[in-house]
Amino acid sequence: MKRDRDDVIAVAGLTKRFGAITAVDDVSFSVPEGELFGFLGPNGAGKTTTIRMLTGILTPDVGEVSIDGIDIQKHPIAAKMQMGIIPEMSNVYIELTAKQNVVLAGRFYGMHRKDVEERTDKLLQQFELSDRKDDRVEGFSKGMKQRVLIASALVHIPKVLFLDEPTSGLDVHSQRLIRAIIREMNDAGTTVFLTTHNIEEANTLCDRVGIINRGALAAIDTPERLKQAFNETQSVEVAFDKPTDVGEIERSGLVNRTERTGDTWRFYTDDPDALAKWIFSFAERRKLSFTTLSIEGASLEDVFVTVTEG
Amino acid sequence: MPRDALLSYLRSIALIAEKDMRIYYTKPPVLMFGFLFPLFMFLAFSLGRSADLHTLFPGLAAMFVFFVASSVGPLITPWEKRAGTYERLLSFPVTVNTLILGDVVAGMLFGIIINIIILTAGIAAFGYSVSFIGVLIIALSLMLGAFCFSALGVLLASPASTNPSNVMLLSNLVRFPLIFISGIFVPIASLQGIARVAAYCSPIAYLVNSFELGLLGSAAIPLLLGWAVLIGFSVVFVLLARTLLKRNLMKGL
Ligand SMILES: Nc1ncnc2c1ncn2[C@@H]1O[C@H](COP(=O)(O)OP(=O)(O)OP(=O)(O)O)[C@@H](O)[C@H]1O
Ligand SMILES: [Mg+2]
Repeated sequence: MKRDRDDVIAVAGLTKRFGAITAVDDVSFSVPEGELFGFLGPNGAGKTTTIRMLTGILTPDVGEVSIDGIDIQKHPIAAKMQMGIIPEMSNVYIELTAKQNVVLAGRFYGMHRKDVEERTDKLLQQFELSDRKDDRVEGFSKGMKQRVLIASALVHIPKVLFLDEPTSGLDVHSQRLIRAIIREMNDAGTTVFLTTHNIEEANTLCDRVGIINRGALAAIDTPERLKQAFNETQSVEVAFDKPTDVGEIERSGLVNRTERTGDTWRFYTDDPDALAKWIFSFAERRKLSFTTLSIEGASLEDVFVTVTEG
Repeated sequence: MPRDALLSYLRSIALIAEKDMRIYYTKPPVLMFGFLFPLFMFLAFSLGRSADLHTLFPGLAAMFVFFVASSVGPLITPWEKRAGTYERLLSFPVTVNTLILGDVVAGMLFGIIINIIILTAGIAAFGYSVSFIGVLIIALSLMLGAFCFSALGVLLASPASTNPSNVMLLSNLVRFPLIFISGIFVPIASLQGIARVAAYCSPIAYLVNSFELGLLGSAAIPLLLGWAVLIGFSVVFVLLARTLLKRNLMKGL
């Protein structure tokens, strides 16, 4: 497999079938060291199946995965030692306390008892769980359990972190806390691979985003460049103070498509700047007042919808 | 295997066993079918009739080892799958082999700890005079038997069901008949024909035999042969459990 020296995750030709369904179809990509990579896709797109193959839980039908240069099929233990993993919908042991859970995880990665206890205390403090650390997880809220889960995956300071929908179903406070920790780990050098169907999360958190649809990788780039590549979804949104015939605007040669919701018009364009200026002079000539005037760049949501519905 | 790899292999087994001991020893089905149930059977036999407990105790003790050691295994995997902890466990640096051996060790230790108490009490109560060699025989047999029965328990957990009560039901369907063919209530030496053949098919019979030798001083099957058979059963159970567990690894996740 071709691999740059700094690629922490390298995937080539990954394929997995379940009976007649091809859950993951010939997916190849790589993630360089230190990157925060987001894997975005609708329900059933193959995100979980992909992450399971990357982390050695599921064996691919075809394809290779290497983690920090280690082939996961040939050396699963050595590869897993480099990773922190949070599977989708997984739980910690509710019979154990928060601290016992995190310590247990650390010991699986070969940490010494004293180191693991120190690190656990620090992590639980960061996750605002210090005062509950010796309580059984059984009575914890969903968000608190998720924080214990994430702390367990961070305890050994992994080189690469895999998270399958880490924030889904949590309240805003827990989501923010978890995103902040992910970013902090990433700043400290940990490569992160996370799946999500939350577009805003991918947009604001990730350095680079891969969009997977029906098992195939549909697009992969930085959020900004993805938006640029789909710039036909840029638009100018306008509403005037009185009913107006906008036919003249549509015939300006700058508008690709028009959408109307209530008294608000949305003109799709390749050049929002020129169109906004054109509309401005149009309003001056007609003595119209604006109640709304805004330029909408392409959003990652537009990109996502275009890619996954196309 | 290089030393580091061996150490990390053993460490995983120990950690899995420790986790199992902390979480599953006190689960109601384990206490029920692993401890209370054989206790009541034991009491029924010792109180119900004028049985010769001196000759029956080796068999009853073996039954106890069987029930206790095989009670933990069936519960663990289905319980973990249902609780959503199983996939995370798989994501740790462990293998199917360490998972199975860890679970087997947890059941084995449960069997050993409880039965040290049972055996000590029995020896005191029924006035056996056990030689040093006898103690060694009993101790080693206890370890081999507990390992073997615990492996059977783990094997019984391997079918696909993720419903702990289905698995407990299945495991009891296998465990009860085994008890009755094993020459616990009737000494093997006095069994005839098909009953005797059936007894030889059950791993429990070989532990009964070793306990008889240690406590009473004589037994029908040579000691080493009995031990070899127990080891043989253990290997078969572990390998079968491994095949089934691998096949059903992702079922119910
Ligand atoms: N163990 C399995 N057996 C059979 N089919 C499966 C299995 N796991 C996944 N699939 C199928 O593979 C496809 C991809 O599923 P996957 O769970 O990877 O999607 P996902 O992107 O994670 O979806 P979600 O956002 O809902 O979590 C789906 O059609 C699913 O039904
Ligand atoms: Mg998923």
